[in-house]
Amino acid sequence: MSGYTPHTDTDVAAMLGFLGLSSLDELFDVVPDALRLAGGLGLPAGLPEPDVLARMQDLAAANRPCGRDLVCFAGGGAYDHEVPAVTRALASRSEFVTSYTPYQPEVAQGVLQAVFEFQTLVARLTGLEVANASLYDGAAAVVEAVNLGVAASGRRGVWVSHGLNPSWREVLVTLAAGSGNRIVDVALSGGTTDWAAAAFDGDEDPGVLVVAYPNYLGCLEDLAAARAVCDRTGALLVVAFDPVCAGVLRSPGEWGADVVVGEGQALGMPLSFGGPYLGLFACTRAHVRRLPGRLVGETVDAEGRRAYVTTLRAREQDIRREKATSNVCTNQTLMAVTAAIQLGWLGTTGLAEVGERSARAAHYCRQGLLAVSGVEPLVETPTLREFALRLPIGAALAVERLADEGFLAGIALDDSFTHGHGDGLLVAVTERRTRAEIDAFVAAFEKAVR
Amino acid sequence: MTSGVRGEDSHPTGAPAGGRAASAPLLGRESEPTLFELSEPGRRAWQLRTTGVPDVPIGRIIPDAHRRERPPALAEISERDLVAHFTRLSHRQFSVDLGAYPLGSCTMKYNPKMCDAVAALAGLADVHPAAPTSCTQGWLELLVELEEALCAITGMAAATLQPAAGAAGELAGLLLMRAWHHAHGGTRHKVVIPDSAHGTNPASVTIAGFEVVTVPSDARGCVDLDALVSVLDEDVAGIMLTNPNTLGLFEQDIVAIARAVHDVGGLLYYDGANLNAILGVVRPGDMGFDIVHLNLHKTFATPHGGGGPGAGPVAVSERLVPFLPGPRPVRVTGTGPDARFGWATPAQSIGRLHSWHGNALVLARALAYILVHGDDGLRQVAELAVLNANWLRKRLSSTFDAPYDRPCMHECVLSASTLKRTTGVKALDVAKRLLEEGFHSPTVYFPLIVDEALMIEPTETESLQTLEALAAAFERIAAEAAEPGGAEAAAGAPHATPVRRVDEARAARHLVPTYDAR
Repeated sequence: MSGYTPHTDTDVAAMLGFLGLSSLDELFDVVPDALRLAGGLGLPAGLPEPDVLARMQDLAAANRPCGRDLVCFAGGGAYDHEVPAVTRALASRSEFVTSYTPYQPEVAQGVLQAVFEFQTLVARLTGLEVANASLYDGAAAVVEAVNLGVAASGRRGVWVSHGLNPSWREVLVTLAAGSGNRIVDVALSGGTTDWAAAAFDGDEDPGVLVVAYPNYLGCLEDLAAARAVCDRTGALLVVAFDPVCAGVLRSPGEWGADVVVGEGQALGMPLSFGGPYLGLFACTRAHVRRLPGRLVGETVDAEGRRAYVTTLRAREQDIRREKATSNVCTNQTLMAVTAAIQLGWLGTTGLAEVGERSARAAHYCRQGLLAVSGVEPLVETPTLREFALRLPIGAALAVERLADEGFLAGIALDDSFTHGHGDGLLVAVTERRTRAEIDAFVAAFEKAVR
Repeated sequence: MTSGVRGEDSHPTGAPAGGRAASAPLLGRESEPTLFELSEPGRRAWQLRTTGVPDVPIGRIIPDAHRRERPPALAEISERDLVAHFTRLSHRQFSVDLGAYPLGSCTMKYNPKMCDAVAALAGLADVHPAAPTSCTQGWLELLVELEEALCAITGMAAATLQPAAGAAGELAGLLLMRAWHHAHGGTRHKVVIPDSAHGTNPASVTIAGFEVVTVPSDARGCVDLDALVSVLDEDVAGIMLTNPNTLGLFEQDIVAIARAVHDVGGLLYYDGANLNAILGVVRPGDMGFDIVHLNLHKTFATPHGGGGPGAGPVAVSERLVPFLPGPRPVRVTGTGPDARFGWATPAQSIGRLHSWHGNALVLARALAYILVHGDDGLRQVAELAVLNANWLRKRLSSTFDAPYDRPCMHECVLSASTLKRTTGVKALDVAKRLLEEGFHSPTVYFPLIVDEALMIEPTETESLQTLEALAAAFERIAAEAAEPGGAEAAAGAPHATPVRRVDEARAARHLVPTYDAR
């Protein structure tokens, strides 16, 4: 028996007596006998907390987390940025952690205001007017953006740059089986998207263009070219941005994006083996009634005091049911609150500083690795925090060898980026990497790729 | 705490109620300024590592065409003010840790702190999701163990852990349904849903490319079997059911329903929102379901985070296993300490559903919760949840209408219909009044088929004393409603909260979605 249920035997007896029952079993008399489990579930008996914690520590000990013993040079949508004690402490406050969706705004102003601040911060970063209260992750955000774009344009053709995170593209394809959207893969040329090739291949105008900035290989796309395709065809421009790089890059809104999505993990979340992360979603005000998920708005209470509440609720599944703009209900609110705290900590100067320091560290690391015999750039366009290399050996093998030397060297690129050679490696360097770590990594790399 | 002076009316049994938050100083007669109003140019909180990396001018790395002219304006604030701001915000927020949260359909039970400690382990939290399997054996084993436990609990063959929430699980399940029919030469268009279903069900059906067919509930509050049979045909891909349903009632005809749906070649989807009621008692697989989603943030006590993150794993019967999303964590070789784990994608997989492997730290918490409860403990969760709900149902059935007056499972749905007719006090007013009594409100106006619905789910972690205090608060609210001026007083509630009744219409009419739009 766990210590989380407060019932004494006396309580149970009194409650059963009140109900006119003689046993707890009788509570389930409504369940047909034939269906009721005769034995148990076949799970082991419960363990005391310290034993469970020990078991989980054993499992944790069988992993190699990033840190001093495995210095992180991997990214691909999951980055080792600084997460200060203050972000962890504030984001662990049980009022934020153990509350539900703010259905009763009078007792949920804490979460509602934090999300309102988050929405404001995301709007400022993206250069758009409206941001929602979060989605599951980057992949979910791009799916919702495509659905918005298809609904707004009335066309199901979706041109997706091959520079989009490949996992996100896979999710788009998975969900297209239901939506009927036509996902067209637009190839890269020299690291950035070749929209002209798509324009000539397609026999129908697209409803949506999706491009990442920076893209999966770390390259800076020509968003003006993507915008021009949209202007010519009437498609909506969806830009997958990176919130840390946004500290130094022109905002997607400035480039004319209609919808901006992104992965917000870099804003204060640990690597977490991939989740919970944070799907960022912003759009122009013109599309606000198609916005997926929750939106917090400012209003007043009965005494005229400033207050916050979830709004434009008529878009959502619990009200619109089969006509809702999205099926999302539970989102990643705690991660949105975490991001608001982290962006508050970084502030105007800190976010830019992280972006610039990451770019300098990546630049320094790239120069060092390119000096290693047999290592070449996979592409030559400008990059910030992340870059792609061509190795003289298989990239997966290099990652294994370097893990033995204490480095998570990066992510082996799939064949679509390397023409089947398996020699492409994606390396990310954040502001947390020191010159000494980078120098040691380059030295180990030299041995590993021999 | 033990002042010795207790209002008799608030504790009719004389015992203090652990889950009543009336004594908490929810501060704030004044509104909290935003981060942006607290900002002062020149202040900062950030501190970054000394790296020794050469200080190359950024213009040499990033071309001018791509560079911002100036950094995005965020806020400039000291760490001290940042902490004060978010701490004050937290004081304006109700939570399970503060008091009872009988929000029907949401299973807001106590979240064990041990699970927080698990999620904070560096060996779990600091693992990169793309690390090679040689670095992630512990995570893979954890996920496989969780999948096996969830299959044991639901009576299914295998599961995907990728869906990040219940609605994502629904979509995954419907895509599995589509893929299965497609592989068997069918293109079915319709999915049947009872009129008592959660809104996510019909929304997911549309997004999965199906058409919704709604079947009514009968006088008992269950699926009308005749009505169901009349809509079943060769174009029905399947049915989505919640059992116990959203009225908190067990669908006793489930075996007949399953047979009818299977007879026309359809599949049965189990919405796991209410699984807490039947843990260790009856399994969806034994009821005839083919696809089951679980809400780990409900049944398995992972904290809801003010709206998320959750996790919505989907378990399936043997015939659907080849279609599960990939990559899946799998046991590659060996058993016990010699086991090796890796990733595998099923042959006819519907594809990937998440950027990585799902909300992993939520999954880790859920496994810890399952291990600490074990076989007997999980059954006890269901027993006490159902006991608590029935106690409240019986106690309150003379205060409110009980449209379905028979034993319920983990939650009960009452109605303020008569109260509204006789006093003018609506379900919404009851909800707002309850806030100032130190409890969170129940779910109101859902399910849609009940007029002035009050949907109350106490969960197993509230004590008898808390239930008594909660019931007394409901009774007091109803009694006050009947007094002269009662309706006006209730319509003015709440008073003792950080803000009073919030103007929702104005928020929609004059949309202010950001600080900059003010």
